[in-house]
Order: sequence, then structure tokens, then C-alpha cells
Amino acid sequence: MIKGTKDGLTLHLDDSCSFLELLNELDTKLSANYRFQENDPLIAVKVHTGNRYLSENQKEKIKEVIRQKKKLVVDEIHSNVVTKEEASQWIAENQIATVAKMVRSGQVLEVPGDLLLIGDVNPGGTVIAGGNIFVMGVLKGIAHAGTGGNEESIIAASVMKPAQLRICGIVNRAPDGYAEEGHQMECAYIDENRQVVVDKLQVLKKHRPILNRLEGGL
Amino acid sequence: MGEAIVITSGKGGVGKTTTSANLGTSLALLGKKVCLVDTDIGLRNLDVVMGLENRIIYDLVDVVEGRCKIHQALVKDKRFDGLLYLLPAAQTSDKSAVNPEQMKSLVEELKQDYDYIIIDCPAGIEQGYKNAVAGANKAIVVTTPETSAVRDADRIIGLLEKEENIEPPMLVINRIRNHMLKNGEMLDIDEITAHLSIDLIGIVADDDQVIKASNQGEPIALDPNNRASIAYRNIARRILGESIPLQPLEDEPKGFVAKIKALFGAR
Repeated sequence: MIKGTKDGLTLHLDDSCSFLELLNELDTKLSANYRFQENDPLIAVKVHTGNRYLSENQKEKIKEVIRQKKKLVVDEIHSNVVTKEEASQWIAENQIATVAKMVRSGQVLEVPGDLLLIGDVNPGGTVIAGGNIFVMGVLKGIAHAGTGGNEESIIAASVMKPAQLRICGIVNRAPDGYAEEGHQMECAYIDENRQVVVDKLQVLKKHRPILNRLEGGL
Repeated sequence: MGEAIVITSGKGGVGKTTTSANLGTSLALLGKKVCLVDTDIGLRNLDVVMGLENRIIYDLVDVVEGRCKIHQALVKDKRFDGLLYLLPAAQTSDKSAVNPEQMKSLVEELKQDYDYIIIDCPAGIEQGYKNAVAGANKAIVVTTPETSAVRDADRIIGLLEKEENIEPPMLVINRIRNHMLKNGEMLDIDEITAHLSIDLIGIVADDDQVIKASNQGEPIALDPNNRASIAYRNIARRILGESIPLQPLEDEPKGFVAKIKALFGAR
């Protein structure tokens, strides 16, 4: 079934027949209905596969069939289904892992999603997270947030005395002479100049509204 | 069934051997049957500090390789009436002469006959360390109020916490210099314990007599009046379960001239 929407065509594919039948039908349908002129612009099509799971290989084949009809270009392929593997990866990347321990010199604590550490990170210790890092304790070691490439990631700590802060690929080293007391309740994020900056927690609301997952309430 | 306590630190020169010797001595003075085990194979010192060097016939490697029975290798300390024994390390081989399984069964055997087995660990985190902790069920981490020593202690505590058979380690802060502490030139005790976040079992002041005593082969714990000796004896009593407050870090009573000097801020 082919639907026209305001951003182009969407092909809804039947999800109850075999893949081979699907390919054949797609081929005949696309050849039968359209006669393109030489100077027509390229048309982007979205493909929706319904409840059918397509492997990368199969996706490639579909794209190939569509591409053969000269003026069509596959924009994206949607599906209602994902594999368990992908799903659990999504969950892991979106979960806050809570860990209650001291990260001591030489130890590395790594989580795929956000990290909530209840305890200190001592000098020589490293915490790594795919998302944000929240330390309820003293951060004296190295913290590396956003290893998944999310530049919106932040690092927050009750007491911020890090040796190094890294967000994605950007590194910020501690100033050589730290203020005696250390800093209470601070966070680090990437600013407009693509530098990792440390500021008080309250600015987060302004710079990273995405952190607020709570909806409703007051 | 006895307890095996490993004395470790990561960094060298902070006083592991001195602490082992004095804790062993103090426990023996309190009437416990103690065996000191030196695992610093190739660089043995504990026998020298205890003044038992020239009585060694067999050593730890001989026992492990079956060249002698364990009781043949144990050196008896005559000062303690059969309460203190030393199992010396070999001087002619190196750490790879023993593996952790062998150490474990050795310590298990010793546990049958002794109340406390004090294991003196070599510096570092390699083979020697692994051997030393293999048989232990308790650990004491020794550090000094220096950043480098505290850093290494932190590392070693991390490793000890991974060992399944060892209870959470306890901390001894050694060689504290009171005048530097007062001036804020040295890490203070609260700072160190907060940083390492393990239980403190004792603090020992830096004292010239400790070095003198170990050079003479007489552990300082034999001197009833020395402040370092009292500190070690207190640690021994805390190991036995007594609760004793930390001893205040007063400077030694000085002579008249020193008092006048102190008045003018010189030392």
C-alpha cells in the first residue's frame, strides 16, 4: 500500500506474506503505477514494514528494489518490531545504574547508561558512563560521561575535585592549584564553545532542560 | 583455629615489617601464640628486625618445596617462652618460588597451632602480594601521612576488597610527626580516614627509638615506656577486641634547652 503524506510517500509493506513474495510484489507495484518524466525531482519514500522484522541484509534488498525505480530514494525504514538485543541495549542506555561503593585508585567503573554513584571516586579511580554521571560523594578521580557520543551528557558531584573531566571526546583538566575547600554541588557540561565547563548545579535547568524526565506534577 | 592477618601497604618503606614485628611481639606479650611469616622472598627483613637472623636453618621455600617439615623451619624466639615463632623467607630465590595455593595451605596448617599468624607482605601488587594475601582472613593496611603512601593504600584497599576470604581491611597510620601535623604540613588523621573510608585501628608516632630498636634486633614493643611501643600494644589489644581510645599525639617531654627553643619557635 502506498500513501502520500506531506513529507513524501510512505510504502506500507504487508507483514503476513513471505519476504520473497514481498519483494516481487513491491517490484510489480512500483513498475505498474508510475511513469516518470526525465526531469522530475527525486522522491523520498519512507518504508514501513509493519510487524515484520528485517535484517540489515533484507533492508538492503528492499532499498535496492526501490532504487531501481529511478526517481525513488529510500529515506528511512521503520518497523514496529525490534530484536530483544536492541531492546535490552536501549534499556541499558536509558537506565540509571545505581552503585554504592568507593571507586579506589586503579579501579574503573563503567556503565552503558547513566551512573548514580553513592560513594567517592578517589584519585586514580575512573568512572565511565554512556550517559550522565551523578556522584553523591567526592569526585577526585576521572569522570568520563557520554561515551555513546551524547554531547548533552553532564557530570554532577556533591564535591567536585576531579583530576580530569571528559564528556564525549572533550577533556578538561583540573586547574593546577585547586581551591582549598573544593566545590560543593557542581556540574560539568559542554558549553557553546565546545569546552567542558564546571558551574553550580542550578544552571543545569537552563542548559539541559532535557534532564527533566518528570512530567506533570507542579 | 587461629586468625591470619596480612600486613600490607602497597608502597615500600612505610613500616610493614616494623608493624609486623611489633604486632607479633605485642600479641605474644599479651599471652597469645603467634607465628610471624615473612613473605618478602629474596629481600627478607623480618628476621633482622626480630634479631633472629643467625638462627635460620630452613625457610619458607624449603617448606613449600618439601625439603623440610614446617616445624623445622620455624625459628623460636627465646624471649617469649614458646609464644612467638618466625617463619623466615628465603633469601636465595625470588617471589615466583611460591604460588598462592601453596601459601594458602601453609597458612591453613599454621592456623591449627597458632592463635595469630602475622603475614608480612612485600611492597607492590604483584606475585609477592598475591602470595601474602592468599592465606589471610584479615588485613591491616599500613600507611604514612604522605599523599603517595595514601594513594597506594587506596589502591591496595581496592584490591583487598575484591578478595573473598578477607574481612574489610583496617588501617594503621604510621610515622606521624606531631609538629608537622600541628603546622598543617602533613595530611591529618581525619583527612586520611575520610579519604580511605576504612576503620582506623591505630596511629603510631614517628620515633627515633623505633629505628634504633630494630637495628638492635629488639622490637620496640618490648620497651614498656616508649610511645610507639604503647601504640603497637594498643593495636594488639584492639585486635583482641578491646576498645581503647586513640592515644594523644603529644611530643616527647623535652629538656630545658629544647623548651626554651620551642618558646622561640625553633626546633
